[in-house]
Amino acid sequence: MNKETGSAGFTSRLWKLFASVRLTVVILLSLAVTSIIGTIIPQNERPEAYLNEYGEFLYKILSAFDVFDMYHSWWFQFLLLMLTTNIVVCSINRFSALWKMLSVKNPSFNVSKFRNLSDKEEFIDIRSPEDLKRIYMPIVSRSFGYKRIEETDNGFCIFAEKGRWTRIGVYVIHLSVILLLIGGLIGSIFGFKGFVNIPEGKTINSIRLSNTGKAQDLNFDIRCDNFNIKFYDSGAPSEYRSTLTILEQGKSVLTRDIIVNDPLRYKGINIFQSSYGELPPREITLNFKNRITGMSHKKKVSFGQQFNLPEDAGQFVVKGYRDSYNFGGHNLGKTFMGILTHNNGSPVHVIMPVRFPVFDRMRKGNQVVSVVDYDHRYYTGLQVTRDPGVLIVYSGFVIMIIGCFITFFMSHQRLCVEISKSGKKSKVMVAGTANKNRFGMQSRIKRIAKSLRINL
Amino acid sequence: MNSSNLLSIVTFIYGTAAFLYIVSWVFKKQLPGRIATWIAIIAVVGNTGGIALRWIESYRLGIGHAPLSNMYESLVFFAWTIGVIYLVVEQTYKNRIIGAFATPLAFMAIAYASLSPNINDRIQPLIPALKSNWLIAHVITCFIGYAAFAIAFGVSLIYLFKQRKTGDKKSSKTGLFIHFPDAGILDELTHQMVTLGFLFLTIGIITGAVWANSAWGSYWSWDPKETWSLITWFVYATLLHARMMRGWEGKKIAYLSIIGFMAVMFTYFGVNLLPGLHSYGQG
Ligand code: HEM
Repeated sequence: MNKETGSAGFTSRLWKLFASVRLTVVILLSLAVTSIIGTIIPQNERPEAYLNEYGEFLYKILSAFDVFDMYHSWWFQFLLLMLTTNIVVCSINRFSALWKMLSVKNPSFNVSKFRNLSDKEEFIDIRSPEDLKRIYMPIVSRSFGYKRIEETDNGFCIFAEKGRWTRIGVYVIHLSVILLLIGGLIGSIFGFKGFVNIPEGKTINSIRLSNTGKAQDLNFDIRCDNFNIKFYDSGAPSEYRSTLTILEQGKSVLTRDIIVNDPLRYKGINIFQSSYGELPPREITLNFKNRITGMSHKKKVSFGQQFNLPEDAGQFVVKGYRDSYNFGGHNLGKTFMGILTHNNGSPVHVIMPVRFPVFDRMRKGNQVVSVVDYDHRYYTGLQVTRDPGVLIVYSGFVIMIIGCFITFFMSHQRLCVEISKSGKKSKVMVAGTANKNRFGMQSRIKRIAKSLRINL
Repeated sequence: MNSSNLLSIVTFIYGTAAFLYIVSWVFKKQLPGRIATWIAIIAVVGNTGGIALRWIESYRLGIGHAPLSNMYESLVFFAWTIGVIYLVVEQTYKNRIIGAFATPLAFMAIAYASLSPNINDRIQPLIPALKSNWLIAHVITCFIGYAAFAIAFGVSLIYLFKQRKTGDKKSSKTGLFIHFPDAGILDELTHQMVTLGFLFLTIGIITGAVWANSAWGSYWSWDPKETWSLITWFVYATLLHARMMRGWEGKKIAYLSIIGFMAVMFTYFGVNLLPGLHSYGQG
């Protein structure tokens, strides 16, 4: 052997390093430990928030290591790259040996190895080895795919095996890990994720990206025809539903409802129900109670349009609307604002919380104004994503589950039934090995021995 | 009787079973152990009944859904999976000492659900994000995985006790540790439970990812709960690979299995203390 020097020595040492399971353990543990950081330090907040929390000095150090977006940082990506290389090199390294083992036509069996096993079963049968051969073969065939018979000095041996192919299980798992990483990479390069709010009846053709805040054009238009919320009796929301229409060059091509957990997919773009909000109403039904005459009048009015009060008491206009209104430290909820002008007076501001119809009494005016009803107008909040890697990721998911199943619950089992003449009778030995689950194999051998014995 | 009452009673049955398993182990008596097995079976049957009853009750309330939607229900299901898997292990390995370590975990899970003031046992309607079959698959598979890891944790504790004691020769023949199963069996059992757990955790993470993708359009967003389940997955993947390296048998594997279970517990309870999205697990 010549001493390894120079670049050849270096590459082979590097190869060995990446072929080792020791490195796998180091990388997996590093991934586990470093991943903790991003769960303790909130990710992707605004810089000011971090400056506040950690101070200038610590902030600079942490942001130099991309800690505030650590799962996309160079060093985390580097760990993932190491993992990938590790898996690829390790698989290449072992594959030729595996291939040889899988492709061999007549696997070699070694009787003495089976004889040396500690948990083998032995018994005596009164019939001759020749009789037993005829009886045993079909029984063995029942559960083992491959079998052959070898003559020995004073009898014969049945060798059988099954599940040789299950040894590829771990390669299947490792392949699936690679698929997940590739799929994730494709998604992060060619995909996007954004959001858009669409008022009922309106149409949009671009969205805002979540990470950069930039606009992203879609190649089609989305119109929100309708938005609807359903509530349980308890008041908790039970369903958010948007009716969306997709338009191509102004022509509608598709109309569908989406709800949470049931998105719309169109041309590789996924549209998810994610939030909603209320728009200022256009039509409001107000109630005017005249404190002097005691009369009540309901009136349906338009937002922002001045009109005459009942009984000719003056003019009124609804000027404002807020989702929440703070009054003396209390949130009064949805609230309208209006301006009341008496025929001979100056304008007065009127506050009309929807939930508190008597609120306006506090003003002590002649008219008490309250909101009876108004048209609910919503905008729907949609998450819009494109991820061309998702198919690869999903196939990785399926392959990973299959691989785990093969690896954990199936095994390569070998069986040896040796039958030797002992006087007029036969001596039978049943022994077997498996590359997984020793104890399972033990009981399997016991069962096989039993089923052979029963056929007396 | 409603399901909450039934499950409170089941809590005490689990407690009794755990107590008897421990008595049987400490005093080296067979009889309490045999009784413990029957009581554990009754507890699991009662637990099953409680879950079924709760399911029916939710339909009577007109908000029918599988009872897997909040902390209370998941803890009850967690106790159930630990109970079932433990009983299967007991039947397979014919050893009740593991029960002294496994049934207390089932008891603690369901006791925490029934008795903690922070945990609401009312049946609530599902919010829109939770209406998904993927979510049901996600919860079931995750908790089967967690239960398998819980038992691996118990077995690893036994293994470490045993190793400590066989260090000094005298006490290995006496004391509490004499009836412990053979170290080889414990090691094998840990491995089996970890592989079972790993398979189900894998499926759990995957179904969770698919659900996230159908609910809000990204299968992975590194929120703390997701990340912690991945951390757990990394720890157990480390364990599976460490077994292949020489010198990493037995004790070190047992430590890794304990660390893994800590990660499971943190994923389950601790994450709610961290900032993040996954708050639907609360309630
Ligand atoms: C996230 C990444 C990985 C996962 C999820 C994973 C998963 C697995 C699983 C489940 C097993 C089967 C263990 C058992 O039989 O108990 C296994 C075996 C193995 N893994 Fe990995 N693995 C990963 C990365 C790696 C890497 C980077 C290497 C590179 C050296 C590697 C090398 C091996 C080897 C050599 C085996 C044993 C194969 C045999 O039994 O012949 N794994 N892996």
